[in-house]
This record gives sequence, C-alpha cells and structure tokens, in this order.
Amino acid sequence: MKTLTFFAVGFGLACATQTIAQDKPELTVYTYDSFVTEWGPGPKVKQAFEAECNCTLNLVAAGDGAALLARLQLEGAQSDADIVLGLDTNLTARAKATGLFAEHGQQKQDFNIPIEWHDTTFLPYDWGYFSFVYDNTKLENAPDSFEALAAMSDDFKIVIQDPRSSTPGLGLLLWVKAAYGDRAPEIWSGLAPHVLTVTKGWSEAYGMFLEGEADMVLSYTTSPAYHIFAENDATKSAALFNEGHYMQIEVSGKLAASDQPELADQFLAFMTTDKFQTLIPTTNWMYPVITLKDGLPSAFDTLIRPADSLIISADEVEAIKKEALEEWLTALSQ
Amino acid sequence: MVDRTQPITRITTFAGWGAIALLLAVSLGSLLAVWLNTDISAGFTPADFRIIRFTLTQAFLSALISVILAIPLARALARYDFRGRQLFITFLGASFILPVIVAVFGILAIWGRSGLFSNILQHPLNIYGLTGVILAHVFFNLPLATRLILQGWLSVPTEHFRLCATLGMTAKDVTKHIERPILHATLPAAFLTIFLLCITSFAVALTLGGGPRATTVELAIYQALRFDFDLPKAALFATFQFMLCTTIALLVLSFSKPTRFSIGLDRPAKRWDGQSRFHKYTDISLLTLAGLFLFLPLAAILIKGIGHLPKLPASVIPASINSLMISLTSATICISLALIIASLIIRLTKNSPRTARAIEGISFLSLVASPFVIGTGLFIMIFPFVSPFKLALPITALVNAIMALPFAIRIILPTMQRAEASYGRLADSLGMSQFARFRLAIWPRLKPSAGFAMGLAAALSMGDLGVITLFASPDNATLPLTMYRLMASYQTDAASAVALLLITISLTLFWIFDKGGRIEHRIR
Repeated sequence: MKTLTFFAVGFGLACATQTIAQDKPELTVYTYDSFVTEWGPGPKVKQAFEAECNCTLNLVAAGDGAALLARLQLEGAQSDADIVLGLDTNLTARAKATGLFAEHGQQKQDFNIPIEWHDTTFLPYDWGYFSFVYDNTKLENAPDSFEALAAMSDDFKIVIQDPRSSTPGLGLLLWVKAAYGDRAPEIWSGLAPHVLTVTKGWSEAYGMFLEGEADMVLSYTTSPAYHIFAENDATKSAALFNEGHYMQIEVSGKLAASDQPELADQFLAFMTTDKFQTLIPTTNWMYPVITLKDGLPSAFDTLIRPADSLIISADEVEAIKKEALEEWLTALSQ
Repeated sequence: MVDRTQPITRITTFAGWGAIALLLAVSLGSLLAVWLNTDISAGFTPADFRIIRFTLTQAFLSALISVILAIPLARALARYDFRGRQLFITFLGASFILPVIVAVFGILAIWGRSGLFSNILQHPLNIYGLTGVILAHVFFNLPLATRLILQGWLSVPTEHFRLCATLGMTAKDVTKHIERPILHATLPAAFLTIFLLCITSFAVALTLGGGPRATTVELAIYQALRFDFDLPKAALFATFQFMLCTTIALLVLSFSKPTRFSIGLDRPAKRWDGQSRFHKYTDISLLTLAGLFLFLPLAAILIKGIGHLPKLPASVIPASINSLMISLTSATICISLALIIASLIIRLTKNSPRTARAIEGISFLSLVASPFVIGTGLFIMIFPFVSPFKLALPITALVNAIMALPFAIRIILPTMQRAEASYGRLADSLGMSQFARFRLAIWPRLKPSAGFAMGLAAALSMGDLGVITLFASPDNATLPLTMYRLMASYQTDAASAVALLLITISLTLFWIFDKGGRIEHRIR
C-alpha cells in the first residue's frame, strides 16, 4: 500500500512542478471552452498575437460565458487572469458590478455591428443573431415568427437551452421579451407544446437536432455557414423571424488587478484588428466587428440577414431577466 | 478484540481514521468552505420545493425500478451458466460507467423520436418526461443493482445449495431459505446507493425530462454556482440535500439485516435448483431482454463512432494519457481508502457497533455531495495557496477516488466481513503477523471484490466530467472534456469518435481489473 501512496504523491508533485520557468512576460486570457479547441480561434489567435508581442499568451478555458464570470467572481482580485474574453452583453452589467474590471482605454472605434457601441469597460470582438436552425430537406415552410411557430401542429418540436444554465437559453428568453414585452407569457404558453426538451447547454441541444430528435433548434443565424464551409452541406438553414432577431455581442474586458496592463491593452487593440477579426467567421462562426479586408467567406453570403436587430441594453438585462425567467418557468411547467 | 493474540498496531487504526478524515474534508469540508465564503441569508421559495419534490420522486422511482428488475436478472445470472456469461457480466457494467452525455445520445438512438423503435413503429415515440428520466436512470443503474445483488448471491457457500439439493428442496424453498435472507442483506444498500446517485442527477434529468418541470436540486445548485454566482443559495441547497439524504440513508440502512450463513470451502458455485425447463426459459428470456435494453444503446454509440475514428483529433493522445493517469491514480487511492475504512469498520464492529455503523453511514457521504459544490469548495480552499490549474490532475484524481469510495466500500465490506468471520479467528490463533494474515486469510477471498471495485473506480474516473471542468487548463484536458469541447465547436462527428475511444478505454480498464471470471470464489 505504501508504494501506492508514494506513487500517488509522486504523481501529484510531478504535476505541480510541470510549469517551466519562462522569461517572456505572460498574458493570461480566460475564455470559454470552444474558443480554445483546435477548431476554435484559440490556436491561431495565440500564434498571431505571440508573433508581435514577444510574450506568451495563455488561453485558459473555463466553461461557457456564464461559468467564466462565476469563475472570476470565485477568484476575485487574486485571479491570474489579465483579460476575460467571452462574456456577452447579457452579462456585462453583472460583470461590471463586481468591480473587477478596468476601463478598456481603447480609442473609440466605429464597429460594424448593428448598434452604437458606448461601453467603456468592455470591447466587442464578435456578434451574431440567435435563430432557429432547421433541416431544409425536411421542412419546406419554416415558421416566420414565434406566433407562426406556436401555430404549427403539435408534433412540430423544437429543442431549446435552459436559460438557467446556458447563454443561448438566456438569449431566447430575452428575445421573446424584447419582441413581445408583456405578451411574453402568452407567447411562451403557445410555444410550450412544441418544446420537446430543454438542455443544459448549446452542445446537447444542437447534437440532438443533428440526430433528428427535433425539427428545429435554438442556435445562430451563422450556424448554417459552418455546415456549408466545413462539411459542404447546404441542408441546414436558419428561420427568419418577422419580429427581428436578438443579438449576441461577445466582449472582452481587462482585469483591474492585471499584472500585465500594457500587454492587456496591446491584446485588446489587437483583438479589433484584421489579423484577429479575420479568424472569427470560420472558427467561432460569428460575425466580425470590423469590415474585413478580404470580406466574409462565401458561405456567409447565403445566410439570412434579419431586418430588425433586437437587444436589451446591458443595464436593463438583470431586472428583465428575473421577470422573464419566472414567466418562462410558469409557462413551461404547466 | 480479546480473541487476538496479536495486538492491533496503532498505524492501521490511525490510517483508518485518517481515511475517514480525508473523506470528510472533501465532502463536508468543501461544503463548509462554500458556506464560510457567504453571508447566510438564503431561503427556499415555493418553486424550490417543487424542485425538491421532483428530485425525490424521480430518484425513488428510478431506484425502486432498478432494484426490482435487478432481482430476477441477478438470479438468472447466478443460476444459469452459459457461454460468454463472464463477458456478459463485465459488459453489463458498461452503461454504468458511460459519461452522461454519451449515454443520453445512446438512449435517444434507440428510444428517441428518430430512434430505432420509432423507426420500427413508424411513429415517433415520445419518452421526454418522467418516463425518459426513469428510463435513463434504470439504464445507468440496473447493472450496478444487478452486480451488487449478484455479489450477495454468489457469496452463498456452494455447500448450502448442495444441502438444499440433498434435502430435495424446490426452487421455492431455496428462495425462502437462501435467496430471501440474501436479498434482505443486500437490497437496502443497493436501493440506497441508486437512490442517492439519482438525487444528484442533473443533465440526464433535464435533457430527458422535457423541460423545467424536470428540474433537480443539482441543477439549482449548478445555476446558483455557475450562472448566478449565488453561493448562499448553493450552500443552502447542498446542505439540505446532505441532511435529507443522510436521514434517508440511516432509515434505509436500518432495514438491512446481515446474513448468518456459515463458512464454505471456497468451491465453485453449482446450483441444483432452478434447472427445470420453465426456469431455464424464463432466465434466458430475461437475460435477452436485459441484454437488449442495456446493449442496444451501446451498439448505437459504437456504430456512430466507428466511422468517424479517422476524424480523431491529435489532442486525444495527451487527453487519453491524462485521463489514464487520473483514472489509475484515482482507482489506487480509492481502493486503498476502501480497504482501510472497511477494516476499521470491521474492527470497530465488535466493541463499538454504533461507531462502526456511523462510519458505514459516513462512507455514503460523497454520493450525496454535489460534485459542483465539492469542486467549488476545493477551489476556495486551494486558490489562496496555489494555482488550481497546477493541481488539476491530482485534485481530480483525489475527488474521483472519494466519489467512487461509496461503491468500493459497498463492494468490499461484505466480502471482507465474511472473510474475517470465516478465517479471521483461525489466522489469529495461528499467530499470523498482520501482513501475513491479510495476505493469506483475507486477500484471496477479497480479490474478486477488490478487482471489481477497482475496475469500477477506474472506469468511473475515466468518464468523469465533474471537478475537472473547474480546474482544467487547455493543456491538461481529459478525454471527456475533449469530447465536450468538440461538441461545443460543431465537431459532433469527432466527438462521437472520442466517445467511442473513451468507452473502449473505460471498459478495457474495467475488464482488466474485474475480469468477469473472478467474481466467483476460485481460490485454487
């Protein structure tokens, strides 16, 4: 038994001493899981930034956007993070309230997003619209509004994400609220028979849709671009809704307690340059926040472009979210 | 302890209490850390009570159905010998060690709206709701229930069955004199284990439960910790879950009645009862049905993954190595702790049975603890001193070991008790040293159980996606985490290949340790 204990302790020590001393300055960026994978923007962003900063860029994955903020709150000012990349505007007010973030300090820039950007703490790096994605070989006339969706026959099923555990799920909640205001409970009662199930996160829901469990899934207008670009598969489409589509704008912020403030500034500036932005469409499958020199990949030409962009301002989200969540729970728990 | 010639060395007792302290530190200590980090101001709302009610209902039904189905299944396995039986028993464990998300997709491939049965019936089945939740939980836990009951069954000395046959007993008589007492001893603990496991279910309950009606306490904890960062609420829920489960555990365990079978000669079991044509046919049909229920989803995962194996990303290699290291370390820690705690319980049973009982109860603790609370609590404890990323692998191994400990103790304790009761005194009277005593008298009888427990711990740790999510950096991702990250980047095909790889490694590990064949007494 003793040898086993030694083995365990040795293993622990081996892991603890793994980090090799580095003389280059290190910039630590906390982000969400899909950003750091081989298919996400992470590896290319790291390469591109390290080529010009003479530093080491550490990308640390910490779950999804909401988990990211919780992680930061857990660590507080002692956090190793210099930058947090991957919050969205539904979270920024809460993030700001923690007092952990510093002003981004970047010059005002005209971003290529449907709204004016005034936030002085967080900088956007990509954006997209939530939408329902369907298989166009199985469904010819996709619903064109929440009301049309509610009016579909009862065996028409959608999969959505839980607003209590997932950012797209929260997005849908705010989408209905932004489009219908006080009528939201009525809309949700109409949708309830069509909600096949609610998943913990985007991955489960999208996987279930791909397996043919549901007719539509809550995702992004840009999702079909992935299938066209990477799989040469044009069977996925996003349904255009007359109410307009709710936007998700993803942002980064600098930690006040960062020990590399200059590097952090350099990274934030880099983030809105063409070098970083050009990676976004085909790795993060979202829209870049600037007009790219080479334009968007052709797969993006086929995507629907909503006429109206809906968004609830960051300061109002917290109050509205609480009410909307109650309404959602009531409607779907019947 | 009067019947020992050898005094018990202090070291083993210290080790025993040390192991208990470690268990308490991880399960209760982490909860305490979350509490201390908050102002206590939370309270339950009516919606919370709905959540609690649903959690209890689904756990109760899942456990009840699993255990009821497991009884005839275990009996069929105990008395019907067929070729490939050992392999069947090993693979029976597969669904228990599947990562949740993989299992859900496997189940949907069979029972879903576009699954096998929907295709056969030409009509989409709708399992979403309580049905789906229970179906999935039975799929997960039927194998565990079956193994726990089967283990009790096989512990009956073969001489008893010989005696039954000599006395001309019918299958009914055997049930009365042997099987019922055995069930009385094993069922409560099996029920309790599964009940507690289902209490902490979250993703399965939500995904197959069809919506927020199927919210469990664990989801509320997750929401509080990860989404709202409401630590008091998380701590409140976790504490409530702890107290409720402890009460239920004490209640259920008080129903269990140990058997008083005498000692056998460790000969391979042979059954004379239940060999009639009727029994044989019912056994065969039972095994076929259970086999289909458990193996079809696995087959679906296999078929889906195998075509995408070429799409496996390079990152699976370091991830597999990380997972293997964690898994083996974790299994080693788990089995050591289990042996230490089990011997402490046995030693205490003679002089202070109450303490022994209490420790047995404590050994269930980590089943009740929310993995999210454990993760967060440890994070709070460790973070001020060292970067949690640096300790990601050892911490994960330790927590996984603690999480698997209740199963290991459940598996090892009865066998050890029997070995101790049968040969302990003989060994003492021979004046064996502690090491020799363990090696010669206890270990040979313990080996099959220890193998099973270690296999289970290794495989469970392999598929775990609990604490690692809070501690992992991109460089030390594990296989399940890699799979999950692939799914989050549209790479569902590659993810299905990783799932297949993961199951293969888990099952291989499990098989190596468990070796199916060793579940019976074959000493020589």
